[in-house]
Amino acid sequence: MSILLTMIPIAFVYASPIIIAALGGMFSERSGIVNIALEGIMMVGGFAAASVTVLLEPVTPAAGYIGILAGIAAAMVFSLLHAFASVNLKADQVISGTALNILAGGLTVYLCQIFFKQQRTKAFTVGLVKLSVPGLADIPVIGPLFFKDMSPPFYAAILLVFLSWFVVYKTPFGLRLRSCGEHPQAAASMGIKVARMRYAGVLISGALAGMAGAAMVLTQDIQYTIASVHGTGFIALGCLIFGKWNPFGVLGAGLFFGFAQASSIYAKDIPFLKAVPLEVFYMLPYVLTAIALVVFSGKSVGPKAAGEIYDAGKR
Amino acid sequence: MKKRIVLVSLALIAVSALMAAPIRVGLVTDVGGIDDKSFNQGTWEGVKVFGKEQGLKEGEGIKYLQSTADADYIPNLSTFADEQLDLIIAPGFLFNEAMLTVAKQYPDQKLMIIDSVVQDKDGKMVPNVANAVFAANEGSFLAGVAAGLKAKADGKKIVGFVGGMKFPLIENFEVGYDQGVKAVLPGATILSDYTGSFTDAGIGQAMAAKQFGAGAYIIFQVAGGSGNGVIQEAKARSAKKDIRWAIGVDKDQYNDGIYAGTQSAILTSMMKRVDVAAHDVAVMTMNGKFPGGQVLTFDLKSKGVGLPEKNPNLSAAIVKAIADYTAQIVSGKLKVDSRQ
Repeated sequence: MSILLTMIPIAFVYASPIIIAALGGMFSERSGIVNIALEGIMMVGGFAAASVTVLLEPVTPAAGYIGILAGIAAAMVFSLLHAFASVNLKADQVISGTALNILAGGLTVYLCQIFFKQQRTKAFTVGLVKLSVPGLADIPVIGPLFFKDMSPPFYAAILLVFLSWFVVYKTPFGLRLRSCGEHPQAAASMGIKVARMRYAGVLISGALAGMAGAAMVLTQDIQYTIASVHGTGFIALGCLIFGKWNPFGVLGAGLFFGFAQASSIYAKDIPFLKAVPLEVFYMLPYVLTAIALVVFSGKSVGPKAAGEIYDAGKR
Repeated sequence: MKKRIVLVSLALIAVSALMAAPIRVGLVTDVGGIDDKSFNQGTWEGVKVFGKEQGLKEGEGIKYLQSTADADYIPNLSTFADEQLDLIIAPGFLFNEAMLTVAKQYPDQKLMIIDSVVQDKDGKMVPNVANAVFAANEGSFLAGVAAGLKAKADGKKIVGFVGGMKFPLIENFEVGYDQGVKAVLPGATILSDYTGSFTDAGIGQAMAAKQFGAGAYIIFQVAGGSGNGVIQEAKARSAKKDIRWAIGVDKDQYNDGIYAGTQSAILTSMMKRVDVAAHDVAVMTMNGKFPGGQVLTFDLKSKGVGLPEKNPNLSAAIVKAIADYTAQIVSGKLKVDSRQ
């Protein structure tokens, strides 16, 4: 039981950026643009957040939160490239996304070199401090699980899941967004501006992926380095598919991966598993995810028109 | 008379210049760059000290080339070899293959690799490559002494170790650390985890959260980028008055652990003195004693490993105890276990 009490918050902290980034991927794909650039966008977000936090920490205690905002802003600008290439230039979205992923590494390190004269940002002092919710933190069991020393991105992730669900399924904007991802020609015939909706999808995706990258760096790392994001954007993409392009599915998939990761950390301490090589535990989160994907996927159908170049003349 | 003195002194200068035949030393960095605050920068500082001692100018007697990709290693090493520098230094195991290739192409070129050993495909040493490695177990022993005494002073009994990948190079840190902790705090519990990654800060942080959650007071992290997660967790807790410590590795990481004013969560750091290694081998080469094909182990005795000179988080008593243990190890009275 006491193991569970420490393990669950660890899983939450680990899952939060994955969930937020996967929600970002959802907005983009729902609008019909495949976004494999999540990884690169997260890097840009993480870099901007770390840089601004380093600069502002001597001035204000809210530096970490301003850093997150900076990460979101920078990531949105960066994701504009993807929107421009995919919508205006009608480029292959996978190629454009790959280009962004490659560009992000070089760009962030180059900017670090200019700002900090080294290949990484300076170390910030605390980044984002963990929060305890007054009152709720003292409730037995539930308090330590959800409200004591929890990293702020976890609450953001939960909030964003509900918000995304509301926006995508309960607002006119969401309906239009989804229709552009399913059948853009039909959407256009109803007077929806497909290009504009797709720009919106990619930009929201950039904002969320940027927030995820920022949250990752500010809560898990001490500075931004080229390895800070280390593939989390791709895991988020996996969660998006696993979660069937649905916000609650994404939440479930993200938490599942977080728990798999946390259990791999604890598994080696269980006496009868002592003989198992460590590598098996390292593999665990990925194997479990792959198995779950096979078992639960059934028909994992994404937005029909995702990845397709919008051709207004096609019928 | 005056003229003669001038002439004689001129001649003396000429002779002394000939005797200490000035050598030229080049450093090729890995992709981390010359200012990485780690191996590249440390090695360059060692070369610079050598240059200063010998009056060599930067860009002439001592110089460096930065690599921007792994593919640059061979061209960069070859560039210096074409310039016939007397010694070419490269830090880190990433250079193993490039150095082997260049050593074969330029059999007369003296090369040096730091923190790794270059062998050809038959497992034989390469005669024109000097290899510098570090007795990490000895430095880690001192880190363990620091952790054990700090825990004892604050009434704690549990400390931890977080490694990157479980192989002998890293385990060597752990055995030294364990021995050091137990030497001063025999009843201590030492938690141990390996992240399986040198880049994933999230796992490092999660493992630190696990160990701190289980009561660990101090964690020695030997996990590169994953270790940053350990430092972050120690900082985050300490900033909320739940004081916990991390121990730095490879270089003095004090500044990475600052969470308020000048207060750092880094108790101390186990440093590999790549600067000492680079400097010493440059001197040996200058004196015609280039240790080609040999493995030089830089240990406490040769000041190749150790804790930083300044440890603001350690009390005078702990610093003194560390000095005592250092003396015992250097004199050979105390033997530190190793795993290699």
